[in-house]
Amino acid sequence: MTISSEFTPLLSLSGGIVIGLATTLFLLFLGKIAGISGIVRGLLTGKKQDRSWRSFFIGGMVLGGLLISFLKPELTAKVYEFDTFKLIAAALFVGVGTTLGSGCTSGHGICGLSRFSKRSIVATITFMAFGMLTVFVMGA
Amino acid sequence: MKNFMALISGILFSLGLGLSGMMDPKKVLGFLDVTRTWDPSLAFVMGGALVITVVTFRFILKRKAPVCEQNFALPTAKDITSRLVIGSALFGIGWGLAGLCPGPAIANIFTGNVQMILFVAIMVVSMIITEKLVD
Repeated sequence: MTISSEFTPLLSLSGGIVIGLATTLFLLFLGKIAGISGIVRGLLTGKKQDRSWRSFFIGGMVLGGLLISFLKPELTAKVYEFDTFKLIAAALFVGVGTTLGSGCTSGHGICGLSRFSKRSIVATITFMAFGMLTVFVMGA
Repeated sequence: MKNFMALISGILFSLGLGLSGMMDPKKVLGFLDVTRTWDPSLAFVMGGALVITVVTFRFILKRKAPVCEQNFALPTAKDITSRLVIGSALFGIGWGLAGLCPGPAIANIFTGNVQMILFVAIMVVSMIITEKLVD
């Protein structure tokens, strides 16, 4: 199966800028790295006193996602059909991998790189390379 | 104030993900599909975010403390460990299998695609189990 998606540099750039502003606010007010995998994991395994801000942040993400799906459903996964086996395998790999690797696209790819963290540079190159390799082998 | 700012950051974060194309697995897989129909758009997402954060992080981290807390709480690990590399490789494989990473999965959870709930549920359970096993 070939998947062609349109090249949208300006839209993607502006989305990136909004993400940059969101992580900026988060660091300025809460003093933390907006790494989504860590925030989600910490909600269930972390300290009790951190549960409320984590819940508010994730609640905000869910709300923002809903807003997008009302305004521009074509930008979401609303009508996308995943192969169930691939989806389950993917969720396992993402859950285990981001826990062992201490971060995902946001924590390493954006916040870590912004701080020029060596660990995040290595992590980002690694998950990008393996993501590309997986699509090369399995198809898009 | 702290919870309110967390909420605002979360909403903005998802709006950015949506606008950028990251919430659409087709778009993500198109970005990772370098050898066939490569769609480089998502490189601009990281570019756009970094243009902002490389500058703002530098200024913010000159402050003694963030606005709502006594101290900054930043990652302290410095070593490149095999755990970091293996974990990132596994994450990359998962990302390439479905075109979903944790942020877009959460943002997509209640947009009407039931498969997204399944993805997030399995992701979260495997995070908890992995953490219990390794720590």
